[in-house]
Amino acid sequence: MEQLKFSYPARQTLSRRVHVGVVGSGDLEVLMEPSPDGQAHVSVTTSVAGFAAVWQHVLDRFFSRFDGAAAIEINDAGATPGVVLLRLEQAAEALRE
Amino acid sequence: MGWTSRRESKQRRIAQIARYLEGKLVRPDAIVPLLETLLQPGDRVVLEGDNQKQADFLSRALVQVDPQRVHDLHLLIPSISRPEHLTLFERGIARRVDFSFAGPQSLRMAQLLEDGVLEIGAIYTYIELYARMFVDLTPDIALLCAQQADRDGNLYTGANTEDTPTLIEAAAFRHGVVLVQVNEIVAELPRVDIPGSWVDLVVRADRPFALEPLFTRDPREIGELEVLMGMMVIRGIYERHGVTALNHGIGFATAAIELLLPTYGETLGLRRRICRHWALNPHPTLIPAIESGWVDSVHSFGGEVGMEDYVRARPDVFFTGADGSLRSNRLLCQLAGQYGVDLFIGSTLQMDADGNSSTVTLGRLAGFGGAPNMGHDPKGRRHSSPPWLSLITAEAPIVRGRKLVVQLVETFQRGGVPSLVDSLDAVEVARHSGMPIAPVMIYGEDLSHVVSEEGIAYLYKAQGAEERRAALAAIAGATPIGRRADAQRTASLRARGIVAYPEDLGVRRTEARRSLLAARSIEDLVEWSGGLYRPPARFRSW
Repeated sequence: MEQLKFSYPARQTLSRRVHVGVVGSGDLEVLMEPSPDGQAHVSVTTSVAGFAAVWQHVLDRFFSRFDGAAAIEINDAGATPGVVLLRLEQAAEALRE
Repeated sequence: MGWTSRRESKQRRIAQIARYLEGKLVRPDAIVPLLETLLQPGDRVVLEGDNQKQADFLSRALVQVDPQRVHDLHLLIPSISRPEHLTLFERGIARRVDFSFAGPQSLRMAQLLEDGVLEIGAIYTYIELYARMFVDLTPDIALLCAQQADRDGNLYTGANTEDTPTLIEAAAFRHGVVLVQVNEIVAELPRVDIPGSWVDLVVRADRPFALEPLFTRDPREIGELEVLMGMMVIRGIYERHGVTALNHGIGFATAAIELLLPTYGETLGLRRRICRHWALNPHPTLIPAIESGWVDSVHSFGGEVGMEDYVRARPDVFFTGADGSLRSNRLLCQLAGQYGVDLFIGSTLQMDADGNSSTVTLGRLAGFGGAPNMGHDPKGRRHSSPPWLSLITAEAPIVRGRKLVVQLVETFQRGGVPSLVDSLDAVEVARHSGMPIAPVMIYGEDLSHVVSEEGIAYLYKAQGAEERRAALAAIAGATPIGRRADAQRTASLRARGIVAYPEDLGVRRTEARRSLLAARSIEDLVEWSGGLYRPPARFRSW
């Protein structure tokens, strides 16, 4: 198990909380709620250690298009980076609706 | 020197094996001595070796011949699938091979090549190998398989006709000797697929020829990434370009597309507007679309185990004989897939920044199969169709359309391995094995569209190699190639319609759920077929 933390600048505030995905093998759940301090913070708990750099890249990519001040909790059970980005984008989409 | 040496040589060979024959029928217990007498060292032998079916009684017999009498054969095997195919080289019975595909034996092939046990003439796509059989690789001997024969040597090849008519023509009309193993010898065939005058020898095999269900995909293994990619393909490619005639390469992402037509495709009102004519093996995952009225016709390369009764019950859709059973034909379906359809779509495990893709990995020699023949833009095409014309981007007196050639690539494989890489493994493999060029499956220059889980790159719209690379990087996710994407450049490409993300296509990621698939299990497919589809044991969980 590994715990990772990341922060990103933000511009928009969030109006609600969203929850996508499940902690099943090869999958992850993403919980997003409004951040308390106007910045975006990500806390990752993953069953697969040693991929901090990949998590950084995935989140860099997500935040290049997402500017919400979100507190994001990720519980991961070995999803591929493609699935991780999908779940993050699904959460962002759910926020827009 | 006369002009009839081939014919005379054949007559001599047949005379020498006469004692094993009753008319054309070979005594099954004499098959090994017959092969030892019939074959001469250095003979060029085509061994069937098709994609789905294998003449395994003959290959199992061939591996038993005395290497002192029969050695250094030059084998032509379209698909090297059986373990005994490679034992032939280890025993010195064969020395050289020309082939197209070696999927199940790719590891051992690589090892035997490395150890100098076999020589490779060349690796081809299926129809290139067959093309050569009419030029400089004509077989002396053809070892083939069929379902049934009558005593005159007429053959019924049925649903699994595949490559037999092509291979037999190359041998029969250049005075090669044609020996066919059959499951049964009958008084009357359901229909004649191959006339007896093309056949010299028939032997009843000890068991039915080996047959693999290569085109069955269990819907349980389709995930949300594949569903999302499938939705984007239907919306952003099939609908946009009005694709009515197509070929799907095998894979879970294409199976997802087939299963999304009756659901997602229906909500878009696309039934009868897309996906009506198929060059495709009888994929069980196409059953829901067929049952829902989407499909006018399917022509098949080969059969698929378990689909025989379903095909019989749908003769308006499939190519069937007067007897009711499927007639497949690899050569003609490859032709249909090359010139007769407007789109090819397949999946790849690895792609470089220019869109070149390959399935080759170090330590395995898998070959090409049929995909490159469909997955390229055939410059010999002259007839127009709306999708082909829709890819024209220039305005000039002389222009040509393009076939839609689409590759599906998930940005990462299991274990966090990026699929999009700077240098294909194929480049290193070519160097290591002494191949003249790197074995590329689909060339980037033929590619019109690439689809990842992030979006679609409409490469055909990009101007120049650099813009194509930027478009690919825009959908390359968190891979090293993706990280080089410049945000402003990507925004500009999106504005010009060269790159589209799901939201640009009106596709909602939150809708990409397995519940959108028309069938989510093999049992669902059986139910859709009204019980006509009978899955092979390995796909049944009940």
